[in-house]
Amino acid sequence: MSGVRVGVDIGGTFTDVALMSPGGTRTAKVLTDYGAPEAAIIHGIELAATEADVPMSAIEQVVHGTTLVTNALIERRGAKTAFITTEGFRDVIEMRSENRFEQYDLSLELPKPLVARPHRFVARERIAPDGEVLLSLDPSDIERVVRQIVDGDYESVAVGFLHAYANDVHEQMMADALAKAAPHLSVSLSSVICPQVRELPRFNTVVANAYVRPQVAAYLGRLEDAVHAVGITASVYMLHSGGGLMHLETAKEQPVRLLESGPAGGAIYAAGFARAHGIDKALSFDMGGTTAKICLIEDGTPKTANTFEVARSYRFKKGSGMTVSTPVVEMVEIGAGGGSIASIDSMGRIQVGPRSSGSEPGPACYQRGGDEPTVTDANLILGRLDPNGFAGGAIPLDPTLSEAAILKTIGEPSGLSAPDAGFGVTEMVDENMANAARVHAIENGRDIEHFTMIAFGGGAPLHACRLCEKLGINRLVIPPGAGVGSAIGFLQAPFSYEATRGIFQRLDEFDAVAVNSALAAMETEAQAFVQAAAGGQPTETSLTAFMRYTGQGWEIPVPLPHREFSVEDRPVIQQAFEEAYRTLFGRTIEHLATEITNWSLTVATERPSVAPVEVKADGTSAESNRIRSFFDAALRQTVEAQEIERIRLTDGLVAEGPAIIVENETSTIVTAAYRAVGQADGSIVLIRKDAA
Amino acid sequence: MTVSAIDCQIMWNRLIAVVEEQATTLIRTAFSTSVREAGDLSAGLFDRQGRMIAQAVTGTPGHVNAMAESVGHFGREIGLQQVFDGDVYITNDPWMGTGHLHDITMVTPVFRNKVHIGFFACTAHVVDIGGRGFGPDAGEVYEEGLLIPICKFAERGTVDPLLIQIVRANVRTPDETVGDMYSLAACNEAGNRRLQAMLDEFAMDDIDGLSDFIIEASRKATEAAIARVPDGAYRNTMQVDGYDAPVTMAVQLDIAGETLVADFAGTSGMSAFGVNVPEVYTRAYACYGLKCAIAPDVPNNSGSLEPFRITAPEGCILAARRPAPVSVRHVLGHLVPDVILGALHKALPGQIPAEGASSLWNIQISARPTDPDSGLPNREVLMFNSGGTGARPTVDGLSATAFPSGVSTMSVEASEQVGPITVWRKDLRDGSGGAGKMRGGLGQIIEIETRAGYQFYFNAMFDRVENPARGRDGGAAGGEGRVELTDGTRLRSKGRQLVKPGQRLRLSLPGGGGFGNPNDRDPDAVRADLAAGYITPDQARRDYGLDD
Repeated sequence: MSGVRVGVDIGGTFTDVALMSPGGTRTAKVLTDYGAPEAAIIHGIELAATEADVPMSAIEQVVHGTTLVTNALIERRGAKTAFITTEGFRDVIEMRSENRFEQYDLSLELPKPLVARPHRFVARERIAPDGEVLLSLDPSDIERVVRQIVDGDYESVAVGFLHAYANDVHEQMMADALAKAAPHLSVSLSSVICPQVRELPRFNTVVANAYVRPQVAAYLGRLEDAVHAVGITASVYMLHSGGGLMHLETAKEQPVRLLESGPAGGAIYAAGFARAHGIDKALSFDMGGTTAKICLIEDGTPKTANTFEVARSYRFKKGSGMTVSTPVVEMVEIGAGGGSIASIDSMGRIQVGPRSSGSEPGPACYQRGGDEPTVTDANLILGRLDPNGFAGGAIPLDPTLSEAAILKTIGEPSGLSAPDAGFGVTEMVDENMANAARVHAIENGRDIEHFTMIAFGGGAPLHACRLCEKLGINRLVIPPGAGVGSAIGFLQAPFSYEATRGIFQRLDEFDAVAVNSALAAMETEAQAFVQAAAGGQPTETSLTAFMRYTGQGWEIPVPLPHREFSVEDRPVIQQAFEEAYRTLFGRTIEHLATEITNWSLTVATERPSVAPVEVKADGTSAESNRIRSFFDAALRQTVEAQEIERIRLTDGLVAEGPAIIVENETSTIVTAAYRAVGQADGSIVLIRKDAA
Repeated sequence: MTVSAIDCQIMWNRLIAVVEEQATTLIRTAFSTSVREAGDLSAGLFDRQGRMIAQAVTGTPGHVNAMAESVGHFGREIGLQQVFDGDVYITNDPWMGTGHLHDITMVTPVFRNKVHIGFFACTAHVVDIGGRGFGPDAGEVYEEGLLIPICKFAERGTVDPLLIQIVRANVRTPDETVGDMYSLAACNEAGNRRLQAMLDEFAMDDIDGLSDFIIEASRKATEAAIARVPDGAYRNTMQVDGYDAPVTMAVQLDIAGETLVADFAGTSGMSAFGVNVPEVYTRAYACYGLKCAIAPDVPNNSGSLEPFRITAPEGCILAARRPAPVSVRHVLGHLVPDVILGALHKALPGQIPAEGASSLWNIQISARPTDPDSGLPNREVLMFNSGGTGARPTVDGLSATAFPSGVSTMSVEASEQVGPITVWRKDLRDGSGGAGKMRGGLGQIIEIETRAGYQFYFNAMFDRVENPARGRDGGAAGGEGRVELTDGTRLRSKGRQLVKPGQRLRLSLPGGGGFGNPNDRDPDAVRADLAAGYITPDQARRDYGLDD
């Protein structure tokens, strides 16, 4: 056993590689190759392996995650796909929820479905919610639909019949017929991909799966070949959206489970530090050029959800994307990043984002022709960025361009000086991010001030300390290696698979036999997927029921012990529900019946362990390079700050705020209210000075 | 602008986040389907004078002005000298609150350092309020349920036990209704905590200065937007089906500089049924329509609402006089934006959408066992459904999408779990979008049957059956609605009717009107519509002159 493992994250701009060996972690960053993503991966692995002086053959595991699947959905670059559904329900994916996500826009346009109407076909069949067949699927009807599909020359087909989660007989019949008539056709069934009640998210999910499947399968096949061609004999595993690893073959069949795999890696990376530092309530904060992402991490585990929205089409607004049901690390994403553009609205208010200058032309100070003021420009004006030290000096920044842009758009219309306008811009973007974090915590029944923030990604260390001030958070961790955080996170994920099933029951009519048999089938399914990848490692099984009071429309996740249930367990389940309900909403309601709609069962191997860090809260002063000044938002004034190189802020050394800790990839702003302490694992912990 | 002005902007953002958060919490905890699925709720913050500073954007424009005005009533009725820390006030008076008894509004005064500095308010639609239940059949508001006048739900932290007893004794769902009352009060309390934290952070004792800043900035922006609309008097009338008799809605807009007055004089008189609309609700939907077209970006508050002066003569169907029945005031209320946008079109030609289906086709299915002795339970299923919206000047109308209401539909699978029904069809209604350079949105077709052992009643309140949505600038009308059995038997579009075992009800929802001459439509768009089946081959030839 060499103990060498490699994590690879393909993002929109960069492909990141993290190679972990007993000698430490080496990283590489190369440009993403859209034509042949696997080529960039190999190149990155070679760079990291050379640096670590490790032969390719010594690599024992490759873990991969990517945003490419999401991008294929957003950019509509999927396969020619057909959708077969129940007669009378051809337009479910087009009618969506029948509402408008923006109330006051008369010209609002709704996102178009992935599969347009001429490519949606219907079969005469009907299943009832209890699985009873109300109208059986006639062989002649199957034949008619199969002919349409074959004649249509489709690459991929999604099948979604009503209530197929309760009885998959008709979907299976259709799949069999398609397999016979067109053996090479890729077929995705809703009863396999997403066996849960509610037709819109289930159909969306199976359609999305079918849409990306041929390309993803082809790409993963090429990747496997390319990896083996350079002498890596190890298997390649994929990180799924739920934050666990799965086998490449599973990923080829269920690519919809990969949608959020890149960002999930970031959350796992933060979770690793939460575990090492003994933080039971953490809030990860990842800020890049265009968006910021926030995730709650409790007991070292990122919070997961059952549905999420992909490809939001309108200012990152809730409802403007496509809701899919697949296990996912739950992240709030808002349009706030270094490239976010600032403007003034009709009420004279400063607005920031969600429009972004991207990497081209980039912020005004990049000197690439951008003339709109961005968050990065504001940070530069306020002294938080060093014009000569950005990206290790590789990108010289011109503060005069920042000033000109910010004065023209913000300063002149509102009568503000450049520094005041810059303060307005950063304060507004910090406020937007703080609000998003606070709302997310409240929606989960949590008090944000009890959390520790873990900040990474290029922009986060610049803003995190101010965010903590706004949120009343006393402790902030800035991990090392944040530039390739997701790739490192991949190596800290367990093997896991979450199986879901829609079974509707009132608790007072709890049918233990039916539930036990469904749970047993789910466990078999999940175990098979996990063991295919984990090969005999010990596993743990966890169980969640989705429950509500009768009459309510929202279910809440209720963790339950995984075991055989009997009718006598009803009070146990009721109690678990009430506890979960009270946590979320602060109360319970007497006399009301409760019901279960969906079950979710997760089989996972143990997480790779992390070495605990003895966190220091104080120490001796670190050596400062020089004195700079920056604008401290809470004090509303410019302060003298010591600049300290991050590599010098070693274990037990302290930088009292105001301070700026610089490294090639980013700068950490320590405001006057905080003190920064270097830690043994290379992270920096910021502690509020007046915190008891 | 100064740094303190930047602080005001930051706090403005914060306050909007606070009220949005209040609304989110209510949606998640409420029992009533229309709160959960339709966002039939609101939350807002008010200053000491009762001026609204911030309001959540929820699914129903019907609460916009209604909430803004209601807190003023509370101030007057309770008397400011009787306002104590720990108080919570309540009402569901349709003329003081949001237009019908099902909406309960609760107001909590905000104190800081023992000084009263403002109010939080929120409103939600409760499951039941007694009386005849949610429907048009009452002759007077007294029959529609329990009316709680403005009073103290709690005084100095102690809830009035008599009030709770009275509510419990008068409604069918005492646990849910009283539960929602507590949840409204808790939601104000949560808002208060967040407001206090913000005032701590900015070291402020009150919100007066902030309130002035927000209201002034919003008023100026709104007035500037109104000033961009050409001066003049613009009239429009629109006939709709009504309940017992056709209703004419008439409006005149008088725009002069920064002032805009809308007067609904000439509108039909009241109905004998509960479709009457209290004026406050008319104002809400009229204002919503105007804001969408004139000043969509300005957040709702007293400053942004005041410049729209909207009146309707008392006693007309859009300004119903007490004690008229008003339970289902939304049916006509939803049509108000169409009539007012039609008038605004004359001021802003080429900018205003055509008429749409507008009024929701909600259906409450009361499934009853065919054999009363069978032991099968009665079940109720509520579904929200939307027709097509009017075509816009530069884009087609939206198919099967709610406007002006912001409701969502329910999942068919989830509805079938709740009640013994089978929905055999719920998809787009081909050919129902009004022809035009831009096509109206399509309606939808829904077919419903009960499962074995059951039949069902439904209460029809469907508009745009006799009077389809009109097109604009040469666009054709959208398809009219239709209510029938699948065997072709026509049913009434109003009133309670029975669908027997084995019969299937078919609802064909109206489409939106078209915009501009159909002959000017891009032939490729016509071909694409034909290929998708949005239009029929006959329509392609007849309406659009497509000859390939």
